[in-house]
Amino acid sequence: MSILINKNSKIIVQGITGSEGSFHTQQMLNYGTNIVAGVTPGKGGQTVFEKIPVFDSVKDAKNETKANASIIFVPPKFAADAIIESAKQKINTIVCISEGIPVRDMIKAKQIVDDNNVNLIGPNCPGIITVDECKLGIMPGFIAKKGNIGVISKSGTLTYEAIDQLVKNNLGQTTALGIGGDPIIGTDMRKALQLFEDDDETKGIVLIGEIGGTMEIEAAKWAKDNATKPIVGFIAGQTAPPGRRMGHAGAIISGGDETAIAKMKIMKECGIHVCESPSNIGKKMKEVIEE
Amino acid sequence: MKIHEYQAKKILKNYEIPIQDGYTFTSIEKAEETIKKVEKDFNTTDFVVKAQIHAGGRGKGGGVKYSPNFDSALENARNILGMNLITPQTGKNGKLVNKVFITEAYDISKEYYVAITLDREKKKDVFMVSTEGGVNIEEVAKHTPEKITKIWVNPNTNLEKMDAEKLAVSLGFNDELKAEAVKIFIKLYKCYTEMDCTILEINPLIKSDSNEIIALDAKLNFDSNALYRHQDIISMRDLSEEDPMEIEANKFNLNYIKLDGNVGCMVNGAGLAMATMDIIKLSGGEPANFLDVGGAANAETIKNGFKIILKDKNVKAVLINIFGGIVRCDRVANGVVEAVNELGLKVPVVVRLEGTNAIEAKDILSKSNVKIIPADNFHDAALKVVKEVLK
Repeated sequence: MSILINKNSKIIVQGITGSEGSFHTQQMLNYGTNIVAGVTPGKGGQTVFEKIPVFDSVKDAKNETKANASIIFVPPKFAADAIIESAKQKINTIVCISEGIPVRDMIKAKQIVDDNNVNLIGPNCPGIITVDECKLGIMPGFIAKKGNIGVISKSGTLTYEAIDQLVKNNLGQTTALGIGGDPIIGTDMRKALQLFEDDDETKGIVLIGEIGGTMEIEAAKWAKDNATKPIVGFIAGQTAPPGRRMGHAGAIISGGDETAIAKMKIMKECGIHVCESPSNIGKKMKEVIEE
Repeated sequence: MKIHEYQAKKILKNYEIPIQDGYTFTSIEKAEETIKKVEKDFNTTDFVVKAQIHAGGRGKGGGVKYSPNFDSALENARNILGMNLITPQTGKNGKLVNKVFITEAYDISKEYYVAITLDREKKKDVFMVSTEGGVNIEEVAKHTPEKITKIWVNPNTNLEKMDAEKLAVSLGFNDELKAEAVKIFIKLYKCYTEMDCTILEINPLIKSDSNEIIALDAKLNFDSNALYRHQDIISMRDLSEEDPMEIEANKFNLNYIKLDGNVGCMVNGAGLAMATMDIIKLSGGEPANFLDVGGAANAETIKNGFKIILKDKNVKAVLINIFGGIVRCDRVANGVVEAVNELGLKVPVVVRLEGTNAIEAKDILSKSNVKIIPADNFHDAALKVVKEVLK
């Protein structure tokens, strides 16, 4: 078991003929990911990587290959439309790597994703990896090892850091999920926690957040009432200067406190094992899982 | 991206939203002529003289002055242009006022607060109004949140008339003024969405003695990811309002924010960069900056990063923390060697490389003649760099 994707997932790469798309398609194929089709409007009919057919639309690709997951590498101007296209075709898991999508475009795309009841990961994220089965993203696959820990993170390289620390403490992973750092994302922390909670193979969960927004707090409150598995948490940005990213109106909605310190306090109160230092994530998980 | 009040008002005017209007000047010789022009074009005898800087709380710092006549407007204009304005939002060093906005003055009967922004939790826009205008709205939110009325707007639609009416009624508007407020709110939301704003804030919106509703101030921030479809907004960018080092870092596609500490850091990825700042602090040091070299770092990027960090004279040591995914550590190592050879090494540099091609990278560094301090892991790197600073 794992969450969202596994070795049987049939994958479409949207933007497969672009430079990013083709580079990472090769990397994903090397990892053993089951890529069944590519989509680039106007380039339908070609074959790339010797065996992967390219289609003009997600609709055509899905009809021909019965694909159920997709990964998006298209420029930010067009990325929201790419998400909407897959959502309308009921592609079950959609991963959007693209960075720099306007917020207004994402609000629209998010609504359509929800209306069609599909899972979106990202945008602006490293993607998702189910160890030794399927990599739907840009993370270095070789650092992960098969095991029982689920990883959820807003950040790319900090996810790698967490995976590396787990491995050095002899803890492998089921699935690692980079949910993205944009203001509007598909799968949030609460939903990701629930997916790992429902996965029998996952025995512990690492949850890495950042300053800004209140997603970590929502997730922690959900975990307090629902999670049975140990959760190790960290929030990046304890030293970040206030107000650099967020305007004043933004802070009003939540009642003001989106700082790392405030989030860590609430997480602790909700029973999450919070690390003060980002270098203690692996060690802390080792301690709590052996209890 | 931020713009000035006078620019924000120009945009609101395009949407037919009633504003307190006026003209700007940047050199003192133009002050007289500007005030006279405002007097004539807006048929007014009293004025407000307003400093134009990218920070709020200007009134508290003495950057906004009511002027009952021409002479007092001229005197205030002379005092404000070129002043170093310190407000609760500028930091202790304040900001130099390069531009002054002379506007018509209104007799205020009541002040209101109006803002639209994104509610990240609900994934909808939130339209907020309050009868407590002209004051620090954060205080209102903290102590009397019931005085703020919020309406969430369904994406893909406009602000519904019914919702706009609820907002207007909550501010106590009746009859004709209610109809006028509804029109204004619908137009404000249209402006907010069409211009890709992240914040639209009017504080205060006023009811004048002659029963007009007027936007007395305006703050618009824009989604930088959407600027490609707004050339007009890009042209409003005022580089003099931005940190010169951050502008330079932007040219190299580096995401740099200067801080007050003495440990420079260079990291790939924003989350790891923040975590690196945190661990420096936890180890007893103070980070000098945030620097994310991004997902495509190579020798050139590292060199540029070094140049930016070393321009900060407070920096006593540098920590390079790279977790290679797409970024290959061997390329980073080559960049470090090149940069050190070219720029000379004035401060100790601790390097921690992990991930893709980390072994090759360590080999490159150990065979080179540059004196860097290698670190085995994240924690070790932080301890070593702090030790150097404290020497």
